[in-house]
Amino acid sequence: MVKLLSEFTVGESGKIIKVTGEGKIRRRLFDMGVTPGAELTMRKKAPLGDPIEITLRGYELTLRKVEAACVEVEIK
Amino acid sequence: MKTFALAGNPNCGKTTLFNALTGATAHVGNWPGVTVDKREGVYKGNGYSVSIVDLPGIYSLSPYTPEEVISRNYVLEEHPDGIINIVDATNLERNLYLTTQLLEMDVPVIIALNMMDEVEKAGDKVDAKAIEKALGVPVVEISALKGKGIKTLMDRANAMNEDRKGETVLKDALKAQLETACTFYKGEDVKSPLFHAVKLLENDEIELKRKGAEEVLKEVAAGEDLEAVIADERYKYISANLSAAKVKANKEALTKSDKIDRVLTHRIWAIPIFAAILFAIFHLTFSEDFLYIGAIANAAGTPLPTLDGLGLSDTVGGMFLGLIYDGVIFSPGVILTNLLSLITDNITLGVSMLIEVCGGAAWVDSLVCDAILGGIFAVLGFLPQILFLFLGFSILEDTGYMARIAFVLDRVFRRFGLSGRAFMPMIMGFGCSLPATVNTRTLADEKERTATIRVIPFFSCGAKLPILTAMAGGILAVFNVGNVDAITFGMYVAGVLIAIAAVLLMRNTTLKGETPPFIMELPAYHWPRFKNLMLHLWDKTKHFVKKAFTIIFASTVIIWILQSFSWNWQFLLQDAQELFESDPETWAALEEVEGLVNVRSDLSILGSIGMLIQPLFTPLGFGSQLNSLGWVFAAAAITGLVAKENVIATFGALAAVVAVSMGTGGYIDWEAETGAVDAATAMIAGTGITIPAIISFIIFNMTTIPCFAACATAKAELPKGKFRWTLLFWVATSYAVSCMFYTVGSWWWTLFIWLAVIAAVVTLIVLRNTGKFDITKIFKRKKKTGK
Repeated sequence: MVKLLSEFTVGESGKIIKVTGEGKIRRRLFDMGVTPGAELTMRKKAPLGDPIEITLRGYELTLRKVEAACVEVEIK
Repeated sequence: MKTFALAGNPNCGKTTLFNALTGATAHVGNWPGVTVDKREGVYKGNGYSVSIVDLPGIYSLSPYTPEEVISRNYVLEEHPDGIINIVDATNLERNLYLTTQLLEMDVPVIIALNMMDEVEKAGDKVDAKAIEKALGVPVVEISALKGKGIKTLMDRANAMNEDRKGETVLKDALKAQLETACTFYKGEDVKSPLFHAVKLLENDEIELKRKGAEEVLKEVAAGEDLEAVIADERYKYISANLSAAKVKANKEALTKSDKIDRVLTHRIWAIPIFAAILFAIFHLTFSEDFLYIGAIANAAGTPLPTLDGLGLSDTVGGMFLGLIYDGVIFSPGVILTNLLSLITDNITLGVSMLIEVCGGAAWVDSLVCDAILGGIFAVLGFLPQILFLFLGFSILEDTGYMARIAFVLDRVFRRFGLSGRAFMPMIMGFGCSLPATVNTRTLADEKERTATIRVIPFFSCGAKLPILTAMAGGILAVFNVGNVDAITFGMYVAGVLIAIAAVLLMRNTTLKGETPPFIMELPAYHWPRFKNLMLHLWDKTKHFVKKAFTIIFASTVIIWILQSFSWNWQFLLQDAQELFESDPETWAALEEVEGLVNVRSDLSILGSIGMLIQPLFTPLGFGSQLNSLGWVFAAAAITGLVAKENVIATFGALAAVVAVSMGTGGYIDWEAETGAVDAATAMIAGTGITIPAIISFIIFNMTTIPCFAACATAKAELPKGKFRWTLLFWVATSYAVSCMFYTVGSWWWTLFIWLAVIAAVVTLIVLRNTGKFDITKIFKRKKKTGK
């Protein structure tokens, strides 16, 4: 099943299949290791519901839901 | 001497390695054109010395943040003899992503595999040999913190072959495309053609500026999304070739870091915990009633005895006890401040005596002791509290908590068009604007940076605190209303509210733009490391110390001259004894006065400038409506432009003229003639200023152009051409807000006028932003009809 990262619930994990978004954001996501093929797990949401925290490539990354909406993930 | 550049991700131990390598030789400069710290030092090895340049911490060489651009340009343009690439072995995959980019440049690279001890502690294994074989450059295991492996690293770095051609891990996947792009760059005769070629394929905005580059990209890309392919290939290469190098032990489900994180970013407790930590830091730094012991004792009906009550006030023991206790226990920050002022007071006394013994003229004493030493010590007096504040923030930063604060608060800051990261520089502004402004470099978005830099002065800094406390004390003494703590706190809150309003205004008008993205690493929690803390602390306070001995030093001398001379260079200071002896009554009242006093500063250059601009402040309440002495407020505000410490220092000097013109010593306790509250009291009583006008004066000084040093920093950090507008912004904001406070405080009904104005402005902006009303169109139309 393919789902946007922004729609993930805590604890869900999957494999990135596509990264969309405007140039700079996409560039940054790539640089931080959010590339197609990478596996990630949603760790938690911030107290106010946004941003979210994910585990990816062995480290913790935080991004907003707006940016997470650029990431399409295949759920295992 | 060879030069090596240190490059690596943020949080990979780069600064620690730099310090281990260079020790005391390190010095800090700026990168050309920008005020991003450029740290340089010398490493002395066996029979050779090399110069080390510390590049800013970066994740990639794409031009996303100023730091990345600086690092990229440094390597491409300054041609170092090699790059020492520090790689955090606990986070190999993402760290090596930068490595794959560095390897594309025509420069020798050596990899320092840091934090190997932590990898082993976790039971994992990283095989340095395997990485070395895969990447074809030397790899050395080190522990920067413990100083292990550093000698081997440097010996191997020094022995590296100087000619290395860039290589890429993309050579198989993008062979044809790279060849075409490389041919183009070789034709352009640039260094590191491969690096440029890869960046072009990545759709890099810097490369696209080169003439002809866009056509080349169009040709080779042929509609394909090479950017994604390249990022993907880099990581694929890393995991294919290096996964063999890393063996992960079975992990327990929840590490310590995770457990801490569960509490600190808890859905309900995160914000209260953060508020408590912040309060604790400020309490430790500023509180004059540590842990509220004094207040609790009072409430319990058994107040603790004061020094007077103990009969110790004039004894040596009492002097030392007074550093930490006087009916209440002081917080550590206050104790250090007291200790420092005891020392500096005695130095001033000693110097004064020395000048007298040497037969120096009275004006020398006035210049050296009052102006120069007084000015420097006034600034240094803030050092203990600034140190404490920075220590607190450094601990938060070093443990990884600051990043979580940004994570927790991002949602709030987004409402104002900023990201959670803007929080750090803002809160640092309460300490000192200089390091806070420098700290905005972590903000990737230019508009967000500009907006943040502009409002940093509104977070009332340490130097503005005396203005608040002195004026609040003065209000209490003259009008017998208010509560010093409440007024001071209220002013801090007012500053924050003004900052929020200003950010909202800017982000909706001149600095309009998308809310900047928030994509950030959350480093694992760890205990603060003492060495790192001290380095951070030194990094942040050195600006302040430097300021004390340069700008403040020069400005106090200039202000002393402006205060002590009239336009025709007549020296205005007079010997107190000569001046008042003929008037026994006054003289008796002033019996403690010694040396020179200035009772004619209304004739001084500063006084006449003050009088000249005084009418400008009429709408703010401290202009022409005051009596003939009202110019002192204008004069104090001018000196505040140099350094905010000067505002109260000027009060101290001008209080004399107010007191004398009022007939006697009046409101001033001459024994403590430099006492800020007494000086403020004299000024308030002497000029007939009202409470709303005093509040307006405080707000004006808080929000107007900050000190010289802060302006210089802002100018360097702001994008080109923005500084002029920033100055204008500060003047306009302070003027408008002070005027509002004064008028509403004096005539409550003016509140409705202000509300109407604000409502009108908001409506206009909303209409304009929703496209229903276009101001620019009106202007354009006017221009056309004009033709």
